[in-house]
Amino acid sequence: MKLKEFLIHYGRQFGTLIGLLVLSAILWILTPYFLTVSNLLNIAQQTSINAIIAVGMTFVIITAGIDLSVGSIMAFAGVVLAWAIQSGVPIPLALLIGLAVGLVCGVVNGLLITFGKLPPFISTLGMMSVARGAALLFTQGRPISGFSNSFRFLATGEILYIPTPVIIMIIVYIIAHYVLTHTKLGRYTYAMGGNEEAAVLSGVNVKMYKTIVYGLCGMLSGLAAIILTARLNSAQPIAGIMYELDAIAATVIGGTSLVGGEGTIAGTLIGALIMGVLRNGLNLLGVSSFVQQTVIGSVIIIAVLIDMALKKSKK
Amino acid sequence: MKKNLKLEMRNIRKVFPGVVALDNVDFELGEEVHILLGENGAGKSTLVKILSGAYQKTGGQIFLDGKEIEIKNPKHAQDLGIGIIYQEFNLVPHLSAAENIFLGREPSLIPGVLNLKKLYASAQQILNDLGVDIDARTPVKELGVAQQQMVEVAKALSLDAKILIMDEPTSALTEQEIEKLFATIRRLLKKGVSIIYISHRLEELFEIGDRVTILRDGKHIGTFPIKDISKPELIRMMVNRELTEQFPKQKATIGDEILCLQNVNRDGVLRDINFSLYRGEILGISGLLGSGRTELARAIFGADRIDSGNVYVKGKPVKIRGPRGAINLDIGFLTEDRKSQGLVLNLSVKENICLPSVDRFSKMGIVNRKQELEATEHYIKELRIKTPGMFQKVVNLSGGNQQKVIISKWLCTEVDILIFDEPTRGIDVGSKVEIYELMNQLTASGVAIIMISSELPEILGMSDRILVMHQGKITGDFSAEEATQEKILHKALGGN
Repeated sequence: MKLKEFLIHYGRQFGTLIGLLVLSAILWILTPYFLTVSNLLNIAQQTSINAIIAVGMTFVIITAGIDLSVGSIMAFAGVVLAWAIQSGVPIPLALLIGLAVGLVCGVVNGLLITFGKLPPFISTLGMMSVARGAALLFTQGRPISGFSNSFRFLATGEILYIPTPVIIMIIVYIIAHYVLTHTKLGRYTYAMGGNEEAAVLSGVNVKMYKTIVYGLCGMLSGLAAIILTARLNSAQPIAGIMYELDAIAATVIGGTSLVGGEGTIAGTLIGALIMGVLRNGLNLLGVSSFVQQTVIGSVIIIAVLIDMALKKSKK
Repeated sequence: MKKNLKLEMRNIRKVFPGVVALDNVDFELGEEVHILLGENGAGKSTLVKILSGAYQKTGGQIFLDGKEIEIKNPKHAQDLGIGIIYQEFNLVPHLSAAENIFLGREPSLIPGVLNLKKLYASAQQILNDLGVDIDARTPVKELGVAQQQMVEVAKALSLDAKILIMDEPTSALTEQEIEKLFATIRRLLKKGVSIIYISHRLEELFEIGDRVTILRDGKHIGTFPIKDISKPELIRMMVNRELTEQFPKQKATIGDEILCLQNVNRDGVLRDINFSLYRGEILGISGLLGSGRTELARAIFGADRIDSGNVYVKGKPVKIRGPRGAINLDIGFLTEDRKSQGLVLNLSVKENICLPSVDRFSKMGIVNRKQELEATEHYIKELRIKTPGMFQKVVNLSGGNQQKVIISKWLCTEVDILIFDEPTRGIDVGSKVEIYELMNQLTASGVAIIMISSELPEILGMSDRILVMHQGKITGDFSAEEATQEKILHKALGGN
């Protein structure tokens, strides 16, 4: 790739990356423990769930949509998955069931948006409540706990010293980046979000591709459910509350425009890492969780303010 | 009239990236109706947008009542007493006429609480003074176009406008409504409001104007009292080139029938449409706004459903299901509104050119980037698209180059039928000729073109055959030789 093309595509990500590095440098100075291999791996592991959900969110937001139901879908997929394992379903099949629950919820979102012509905000807001209720009903509100070590390996295991969730996350990011930049689905995702009318008039089957995008987002929530359940050794029907906001924050900090048509997977990864580094650093510094909430919220706002100011000055 | 000079603009210059929109233009306004005349792209809109604060001038001076001023923004222009009524109204449809008139300046009892009684009373007063019969409480969406326009006029007057700019105010009005508008203009004039009036319609100018200023290609051509000038003189100054130079039409070799519509209907929009299109020809479609021209194009392209009738492409009966279906039948459509329908502005030249062809460039959903890059490079070169590179966002290109990107996008899908809706709207004169030359090349290679246009010279200059539409029907069918401006207009207005 030529330098110019590279800069046009990834210039924005350098800014975010610098933000991440500056933040890390500050934390390193404040607490030397921050920059140890074990802590960095810890951060990567803690980030992985939000980072995976944020990939789906990035696709959705590039189409100028939003998905508020990811956290609830994750909880629902988690309890169905846990039930399947405990009922003796072989683990690979149970994992597929977990992914399928997420996929189906996402596809329903997509169909409501495309054929039902509902605004994404409304249909996914509804799904947020429906999936949460389904998770609670399914379990009568009780967590499902206790799994075999082979299942728990998906969250607690290591391959070449790298925690499995981190490896899963990296694979997801590589595939997602490839899909967004090298496939039809990727092209159409940008086109639908940039100008839906023009996409329709260029022969893009917008209804089908949007449904696929929401389905994908739901399926990634299912994947996150697998990791979370394995890590906690328990599937909680109340898991993942507010996860949609973390995923949206990672996406937006990573430079994806809420108006649609713009965004990259690499940016989202950096956005998710910024969130993770910040949480980790504040914990290391012993900042109370109340203050943490406030700081993280402020960082989101400041990041987007800076981004908008930079965009304006370019014009 | 020359006394009491209210406004003077001297040596006004406006440069957009790559285009000089205004080149040392002078303009002055006394207590009069001053007509601003010129072709599309002559610089009329740019000039008034500088006055209304929407654009900043690049150079020159503006004097208001003898004092030099800098107009900073639209709000500032309002404060200076300059009001503008755009072709497209800026009204909030669900609010009442009164609320629209005082939008942002509502009279209040205590801060934050509206004084509704005063709001409606003052609005009604203004409307009555204008001599229009509108209830100030009526929601704007329930008003007709002419009445909405009067609400705009009332809004400008409520701002104490001393200078009122009207951009093509009659383009959507009926004869009667135009008469009413003129009566209102005369009344305003008596009240000391000066009016800048932009229009293409020569007949009107002689009825309402005092003086006329002609712009051409961003230059000031002349200013004359309207009674000292004749229509042919005006046209010559507006155009000042032979039609043949402007339209490099080449003799077409007409081939086989490629598209045929039989008794095509779409409820309330298209009625009994019958025509055939042949390889190698440019079929011009003329008609007034709302005559069904664009709707016909959308129906052929599958963007709107056809309720009844038969369509044949290359001799075979077809049912076109959606744009994808049309594209698979080798039909392409360049929409009237490039920005909202033709382009994804935030994506690159490459992405836009390849969008309808991604299918062709991909196997199992994976896009072959090399093919994409080659195709894009080919069209940038062949159509001489001026862009810093294929990864440039199309939003940064000029209108003419954007149009070339859209043409490339369809050439890339290897179309046989190309529908152009207003192919040169908003495009500067030089690029226009290039677009026409491209059309010639296309027809020479056997492509059939349907060209919809509001500009009669364009229709007359480029078409091999001309269809005229009126109220969803085809009312006229002329060969290029027999067609004249008068004949087309006659049919477009529904004459027999």
